[in-house]
Amino acid sequence: MSFEPKIVGFLCNWCSYGAADLAGTSRTKYSSNIRIIRVMCSGRIDPTFILKAFEKGADGVLICGCHIGDCHYMEGNIKAARRIPLLKKMLLQLGIEDERLRLKWCSAAEGKLFASIVDDMTEQIRKLGPFNYTGGVKDG
Amino acid sequence: MDKLKLALYWAGSCGGCDVAVLDINDNILKLADIADILFWPIALDFKYTDVEGMDDNYIDVCLFNGAIITSENERIARLLRAKSKILIAFGSCSCFGGIPALANFSNSADIMNYSYIAAPSNDNPTGTLPQVLTKVDEGILELPALYDTVRTLAQVVPVEYFLPGCPPPVSLIIDLVDKLAKNELPAIGSTLTPEKTVCDECPLKKENKCISKIFRPHELIPEPERCLLEQGIICCGPATRSGCGAACIKAGMPCRGCFGPPEGITDQGAKLVSSIASIYDAENEDEITRMVNEIVDPAGTFYRFAMADSILRRKRFQEKTHE
Repeated sequence: MSFEPKIVGFLCNWCSYGAADLAGTSRTKYSSNIRIIRVMCSGRIDPTFILKAFEKGADGVLICGCHIGDCHYMEGNIKAARRIPLLKKMLLQLGIEDERLRLKWCSAAEGKLFASIVDDMTEQIRKLGPFNYTGGVKDG
Repeated sequence: MDKLKLALYWAGSCGGCDVAVLDINDNILKLADIADILFWPIALDFKYTDVEGMDDNYIDVCLFNGAIITSENERIARLLRAKSKILIAFGSCSCFGGIPALANFSNSADIMNYSYIAAPSNDNPTGTLPQVLTKVDEGILELPALYDTVRTLAQVVPVEYFLPGCPPPVSLIIDLVDKLAKNELPAIGSTLTPEKTVCDECPLKKENKCISKIFRPHELIPEPERCLLEQGIICCGPATRSGCGAACIKAGMPCRGCFGPPEGITDQGAKLVSSIASIYDAENEDEITRMVNEIVDPAGTFYRFAMADSILRRKRFQEKTHE
């Protein structure tokens, strides 16, 4: 059986959720592997949420927010832009590949871009294989 | 009133928690007034068979320190659970894995290999490793097996109370002895400390949390009265439970997070990533890269004591199953 990655997408209410909406209303076809969770701002995404997603069986986590400068709350996305790279460095130490966590900016007009981000990420994770929670030890 | 029947045990730990019990000084006499000690490997000569011979729930309170690293630790944890009415995870190792849980960045084979073969101080040309079972003329000798993943006590058996700290401070131990004497323990599952963070107890002046460079503790002599985090030294206070009275900070060292996450927080490391990244003054990619580079070992720093109790619990060795 072929592996279908499960991707959890945290999308900000003001831009990226709009982009996903636009992709839908303009009938853009893209991978159905993403499960979207709407949050008010990418700055609201606690790194705990991302770890929880992996714990509950996600193979990848996508975070989308407004472009820098466009944040509805002025600088929420800047906070996300700082947290995610630091979290990625920590996850690498924990054996979690860089590709499994992505941070992308997507305005409400960029439905096509959103669709291509999801397609691209799905393919990358398909290549990586499933996220193995116990991680290759006898007694994980 | 019958005396309280007390047991103390050490699993994967350094012994500091047992010393902390002795550090309560003359209160140890009070402990002796209210309790009979039935089992305490570091101080008194009892055998496992003595505990095995007791009826279930015979021990009133068991203070269990240390993480679960070996099969022996697990066996005794299960034994003491069955024999004790109240089991208390005593100290950070038993509550969250503590320093031994940093082994979760590796696995048992790699640790054995480094400790007995690869470490530069070793002289082991035949590559001899300790074995669980060894056949000798007289029969078969058995050693406890080392696990790949270090676990907390509560991940192995149900636990009534948690008293974190590396080691738990004297004031909290005395408080526990008082509560035991008066039979005033809180609801099952409680952590026997205040619920807020170290920052809440910290006496240093906090003004504006905005840093533009992170210093490692040896790179900077901090101003004595100002928040260490504001001066660029990583301090785990914002995501660490209080109860220590900010002891390290009062001695000029940043908080290392030994009390684990405060009430309501599941993952100390994730919260520290969040808080440290939030206050770093980085607006563009270059500045963000600089911040990430300045934090040399985020996993080791933010999960120093709480690795086994974190959401991910250990490092993954991903097997590539799809190409």
